[in-house]
Amino acid sequence: MRRIAQAGALLAAVSLLATACGSGGDTADTDKNTAPAPEKVSGSLTWWDTSDPTNEGPAFDKLVKKFEAKYPDVTIDHQYVPFDEAQNKFKTAAEAKKGAPDILRAEVAWVPEFASLGYLYSLDGTAALEDKSDYFETPLSSNVFNGKTYGIPQVTDSLALLYNKKLFKQAGIDSAPSTWAEVAEDAKLLKSKAGVDGIFLNPAGYFLLPFIYGEGGDLVDTQAKQIVVNSDANVEGVSEAQKLIDEGAAPKPPASDAYTAMMTAFTEGKVGMIINGPWEVNNIRNAENFGGVENLGIAPVPAGSKTAGAPVGGHNYVVWSGMDQSKADAATAFITFMNSAESQAFLADELGLLPTRKSAYQIPSVAQNPVISAFKPVIDSAVARPWIPEGGQFFTALDTMAVETMVQGKDAKSSLDKAAKTYKSDVVPDYSLK
Amino acid sequence: MAIDPGTTVMVEPAARPRTLGRTRTAASRHWYAWAMVLPVVVVLGVLVLYPLSRGIYLSFTDLNESNQRTEICAKTLGGEETCTPNPKAAKFTGLKNYTDILTGERGHFWLQFTNTLVWTGAGVFFHYTIGLALAVLLNRRIRGRGMYRVLLIVPWAVPAFVSAFAWKFIFNQNNGLANVALTSVGLQPVEWFSDRWTALFTAIVTNVWLGVPFMMVALLGGMQSISTDLYEAAEMDGASPWQRFVNVTLPGLRPVSATVVLLGVIWTFNMFPVIFLVTGGQPAGQSEILVTGAFRAAFEGIRQYALASAYGVLILSMLLVFGAAYRRALARQGEVW
Repeated sequence: MRRIAQAGALLAAVSLLATACGSGGDTADTDKNTAPAPEKVSGSLTWWDTSDPTNEGPAFDKLVKKFEAKYPDVTIDHQYVPFDEAQNKFKTAAEAKKGAPDILRAEVAWVPEFASLGYLYSLDGTAALEDKSDYFETPLSSNVFNGKTYGIPQVTDSLALLYNKKLFKQAGIDSAPSTWAEVAEDAKLLKSKAGVDGIFLNPAGYFLLPFIYGEGGDLVDTQAKQIVVNSDANVEGVSEAQKLIDEGAAPKPPASDAYTAMMTAFTEGKVGMIINGPWEVNNIRNAENFGGVENLGIAPVPAGSKTAGAPVGGHNYVVWSGMDQSKADAATAFITFMNSAESQAFLADELGLLPTRKSAYQIPSVAQNPVISAFKPVIDSAVARPWIPEGGQFFTALDTMAVETMVQGKDAKSSLDKAAKTYKSDVVPDYSLK
Repeated sequence: MAIDPGTTVMVEPAARPRTLGRTRTAASRHWYAWAMVLPVVVVLGVLVLYPLSRGIYLSFTDLNESNQRTEICAKTLGGEETCTPNPKAAKFTGLKNYTDILTGERGHFWLQFTNTLVWTGAGVFFHYTIGLALAVLLNRRIRGRGMYRVLLIVPWAVPAFVSAFAWKFIFNQNNGLANVALTSVGLQPVEWFSDRWTALFTAIVTNVWLGVPFMMVALLGGMQSISTDLYEAAEMDGASPWQRFVNVTLPGLRPVSATVVLLGVIWTFNMFPVIFLVTGGQPAGQSEILVTGAFRAAFEGIRQYALASAYGVLILSMLLVFGAAYRRALARQGEVW
């Protein structure tokens, strides 16, 4: 124990020295982009990981071990923070300037919000953004606020139609439905021939976006500074979802814990289709009674009357602005390593997560991965969300709307009008109502 | 308001030497008393008065998370820091938060207010009646009385969030015990969290389960302090058990009842975890009560400190009004508090 403590003290002293030297000479240096050699980087970093410790966590842990092997003087404190608590926890800690992690895995919509509050370092000019052009445009764009880039995309995702191949076969369905009308027809077949429900719709705002995008709708128009959540297109889209429930193609979802109910029904083979993202692939693969990933069918979300579209989601690596600048090299090295094409390919193999780097898709194991190639077209057509600081707050009102319309069967138009009113009073007061 | 002679010094110069002299003697004679009181005053000031006055002040501003800083700083990793003044810095807005809340411009005050009344009324009513019934049962000599008492205290001993989760599972729509029980006797399962009143019902059941032990213990204590002479005298006069209950037990319990009912109202009114964990405000925020509504205003999305303070002030004033009215009603009945 004592030896470790001594080593730690020595390490700290060395890192202080190193940064003292570094900050003196480096500022005038032009090629800041070249990362220092691994042996020269030191420090200890805390990383808040919002993936869960049982499903996705172990794979990230392996990556961290690899990083620590390559950078022997950097220690990573890998902490799991539940996804739905992380945003609040980080804001509390960052505002108190105490206890926030050096590195955070932030959901795409959080980054503009955190950046607008001054909680993040911009990464412009660091090694982390050296090969910016390798990243896909849409995921990277979520990190940009006021012209500066505050994070790098770790993983991208979107919603797709996931279906149970075995049940489809029993029902005599050859190919996945590509419109909501076909979903309704297939649901009838699933019910009569396979004896299961057709599609489980999660009554949450995010999961209703494919219906809204399908009619060409959106939440706000950032160009015109207008709230368009109650547009006719959106009413049309939400009514489409209501119709599926009314006609029995989808069971009426519960108001509470619907997501869990959806995943339980799907993995136990009690429902033929769900709308969900690649983050559940590993969960489905490990589910006892599902039949493995071979039984999982993946198709783009069904189209509405205009188009088929799903929201882009995912997570970014960001660095807390309260972190000591002396750890800058270690932080850069860490996120660069974790987000290299090889690391992304590793995560793709292990978990089926979708890389954000173009070069990662060239790596053979990724190129041949059936899950990844099934999701790739979904990602290519994913719709960017409005990347404004308020972007993360659109969903509280939208969730309320989703429960009202899909569980309680209230009128879509009046529920969407209510959401628009909440946007105006609570989220984006500067925007005009439609 | 009576004016203290000490404060009128400026108007009556003649009184000055005397008052000063009196203050000085008081200070020199009672300095130790002041010194003893000082720590309490300081602690109360720091823990209660300052947060309270700060909260009241905040409720008149538009302070939130994004406008609390006067300048916003952008830092570059390994680079310099630039700060610019915040164009939207917080400002004084007068009564705007209150009008917004009370007119329903922001949030759902009146829905939450109605829910709070139903929730508090039903909660305290069942706490008191069930607690009283159990206390009466346990107040007589029955075999295993000690064990019953311990078992009935259990809900109180279990952390509230554990019980809340347990009840949430019991009322789970697809796999919960409640619906299994209903279907096994041939009834339709209930979608508990899909309707405002059934959702509130689940929370009230949980809260009753949690709160009965306290009432039971308090009332049992009260019953045991009633003199047995009174019961004997009543029995001699030929009073039936019911008459003894109504005319001896209930009046004897009144001092205890008054206190526990007031406490029960205040606690239930502000009972946050049960609503938050059991219903989560579902469906669509319709089972939210005022304190959980205030929490959502404060901690969801960009935090609205000012709005949440206004909620806090409103809740505090309601409880103050209730407390004062309750006390006056008791005083009229001759209770000394």
